[in-house]
Amino acid sequence: MAKFNLKINQKNLSVDVDPSTPVLWVLRDHIGLTGTKFGCGMAQCGACTIHLDGNAVRSCVLPVSAIGKQAITTIEGLSANGTHPVQKAWIEHDVPQCGYCQAGQIMSASSLLKSNPKPTDEEIDAAMSGNICRCGTYLRIREAIKTAASK
Amino acid sequence: MKTVKTTYDRRSFLKASLLSGGGMLLSIGSLSGFKSDDIFNSDDPQKGWNELNGFVKITADNVIKIMSPNPEGGQGVKTSMPMIVAEELDVDFSKIIIEQADLNTKHFTRQFIGGSQAIHQGWQPLRMAGATARHMLREAAAKTWNVPFEEVSTGSGVLYHKKSGKSATYGEMATAAVQMPVPKEVKLKDIKDFRIIGKSQHNVDLKKIVSGQPLFGIDTRKEGMMIAMIIHPPAFGLKFKSIANGSAVSKMKGVADIFPVKIYNEGYERTFFDTATFNEVVAVVGKTTWEVIQAKKALKIEWEPFESYTQPRNMLGRKQMENVPGGLEDSTQHTAVLAERLSQPATVRRKDGDVEAAFKGAAKVIERVYNAPFLAHNCMEPMNFFAHVTNEKAELSGPLQKPEFTEQALSARLGMPLEKIDIQMTRLGGGFGRRSYAHWLIEAALISQKVKAPVKLIYTREDDMTSGIYRSTYTARYRAALDANNQLIGFHVKAGGAPESPLYPNRFPAGAVDNYLAEDFTVDSNITVGSYRAPRSNFMAAAEQSFLDEVAETAGKDPIAFRLELLKRAKEKPVGKNNDYEPERFANVLNLVREKADWDNLKTSKKLGFSAYFCHDSYAAHVLDLEMKDDSVLINKVWCAIDCGIVINPDAAKNMAEGGIVDAVGAAMYGKMTFTKGVPDADNFHNFRMIRHNEAPKQIEVHFVENDIDPSGMGEPAYPPVYGALANALYKATGKRFYNQPFNDYII
Repeated sequence: MAKFNLKINQKNLSVDVDPSTPVLWVLRDHIGLTGTKFGCGMAQCGACTIHLDGNAVRSCVLPVSAIGKQAITTIEGLSANGTHPVQKAWIEHDVPQCGYCQAGQIMSASSLLKSNPKPTDEEIDAAMSGNICRCGTYLRIREAIKTAASK
Repeated sequence: MKTVKTTYDRRSFLKASLLSGGGMLLSIGSLSGFKSDDIFNSDDPQKGWNELNGFVKITADNVIKIMSPNPEGGQGVKTSMPMIVAEELDVDFSKIIIEQADLNTKHFTRQFIGGSQAIHQGWQPLRMAGATARHMLREAAAKTWNVPFEEVSTGSGVLYHKKSGKSATYGEMATAAVQMPVPKEVKLKDIKDFRIIGKSQHNVDLKKIVSGQPLFGIDTRKEGMMIAMIIHPPAFGLKFKSIANGSAVSKMKGVADIFPVKIYNEGYERTFFDTATFNEVVAVVGKTTWEVIQAKKALKIEWEPFESYTQPRNMLGRKQMENVPGGLEDSTQHTAVLAERLSQPATVRRKDGDVEAAFKGAAKVIERVYNAPFLAHNCMEPMNFFAHVTNEKAELSGPLQKPEFTEQALSARLGMPLEKIDIQMTRLGGGFGRRSYAHWLIEAALISQKVKAPVKLIYTREDDMTSGIYRSTYTARYRAALDANNQLIGFHVKAGGAPESPLYPNRFPAGAVDNYLAEDFTVDSNITVGSYRAPRSNFMAAAEQSFLDEVAETAGKDPIAFRLELLKRAKEKPVGKNNDYEPERFANVLNLVREKADWDNLKTSKKLGFSAYFCHDSYAAHVLDLEMKDDSVLINKVWCAIDCGIVINPDAAKNMAEGGIVDAVGAAMYGKMTFTKGVPDADNFHNFRMIRHNEAPKQIEVHFVENDIDPSGMGEPAYPPVYGALANALYKATGKRFYNQPFNDYII
């Protein structure tokens, strides 16, 4: 066990956990932020996507000991009251079905738009293909990303 | 307006009774569980709900709440079911509170999801619930104002007496309304007067989903809650023997307990949904998920083979013995046995005319065999459930599709009466049939009982993917006989599966061919199966619609025109009895998609595939346009036409169709679960290929047939025809027919 001082959603928090604990479980079990989802545990589905200093990473394979001073942003901290342009676009297009993968999709999409504000369809596909949606909402996700990019 | 009898009390609703075939029959029942002191007996923090019936609650200060009875798994019922109530109640949909109801067999019936039936079966009861509440509010206003009932009108949650200029909110009349007698009959709105139904409404949980609020079972956190996981045998055909290093592992940090759990008791007569692949699993309980995962990895468990056995099963009233063979099965063995059985006698399920004579006299005979592998459901939210079981009661919460059935199984297992069991339904991170088989709820309850603490059981993805309850593996052989004029004079389908038959003997083209034979068989397997999005249809549509494409080609006919010809025959001079479908409605979707896709003009220039299917009381037809690019398949567009009767929430229904198409493309192209010596060959998303963003169709256009027919299924009907449309388009693009799934294995 070791103590880690983390910056999560603009707040400083400290946790005492085994250094190998993935950030996903630190968030879900220790901090109580359950918006970041468990899907596969091996960075294959993207449900656990968070931002590390603004970049999308898979938190299920990221040990807490690797974070250092990097700032963590989860879906709960992406915006106050769900008002990030990507969240608003998701609402406009009524994207989700079951909704389970959508936090990860939104975190991947918002990271994409930060580095590439006007992505092409191919660039959207490339950035989003690590996020699985069994309900098949991919087309709405693409449209929502384009809407968010236009604003 | 339409007047319907409402022979129910405040608390009683249409009772649904299960048919042996799995269908539902509605009959009006009356429960008399209503007691006046129940009115305010609610756990709701906001007190003072006037409960007009199980669906509608209104406070004196005009907060209106509609309960959504069925579990929400992404099919949109938490929005669309309350829309139907709100329509008849005559309230502003944006101003009401919608809440997921707990399992409550006194208030609600058919509180489950599956078979695309929630809206189909709920249509009348939901309308009645809204209309009855509105009627009682009007009665209360009439009495309070001392005016005739007929003169009291409503508009967006307000009661009016136009002559006197009096008005009151529903809230102001709610307390009086609950004292009114429940009407013997109520008037339902004319369809043309609908203001909510047919107008797209956003998913009611949309904002919570996009902001990551806890909605799912796996998000459950309770005071003193422990985390549990299970370990099940690594192969089908094995069972638990002993834990080799339990005491060492239980000393690991954060580990509380390790013990075997037996899900169903010996001698318990399992019902339809009581499938537990591995009846004895090992539970690992600890403080946090990561610690439990570590303990799970460190545990050494001995497994042993089991001998073949039979167990009694009550399949929705039909008692049968289920054969579970011992042994470690291989997929190559399944394929070989299914192929062998195709040439052996099978059970005749339908016979019209004289098929063998038709084939003997045929000018052309076509025969083809289609195969599909097992499929894992892969709901994105792994199986999980919360349980807190004490001697006094059992509190359960989580995602499941059939709470009423699971509650009965749990009651039997715990020896606890149903009244002491409370099941709350959380949003499902996907269901697709998998969450109908809630053995994990029972596991969670037994684990909680043993450790005497609230417990959240979570499956890892590997546990989820390798614990069975798959889509069955199937085969089908189709034969068609054409006469010299290229008329279809004989049709023969023989279908089978391990362990389930996929056959629907009364579906198209039954009814359209003079000589028709449908037979089936099953092969026992210890690999468990369960409902998978559009059960059995997902294979039969694929096989049949690919076959019909080839038959049309052999007959020198356009594939749509060929089917329309058959549907015309089925309408004008139907063959046999019990044809599942209505030929005219079926033909309508064919014509609609033909027109929308500009089929007649584009079919020569583009690589278009066509397919259509009827299931879940709805009709769907697709045209799929693709091209090959460096040996990979690029789907440019899918046009989809659907007749599901009245569409409640059009944009959500469109989303369902789009999703169904993407999901089916994925399963058809990549989906497979195979076995080597009983061990599943895939256990996570690195070796079970799911469709991804870049592989989805670029564009999907959904068109609904507009009519006033009562709504039917929407969650599944768009799914099965995709396979055929894809196979038929692939044929245009590659010159190859695709007989075996997944198609991607056979592209090059």
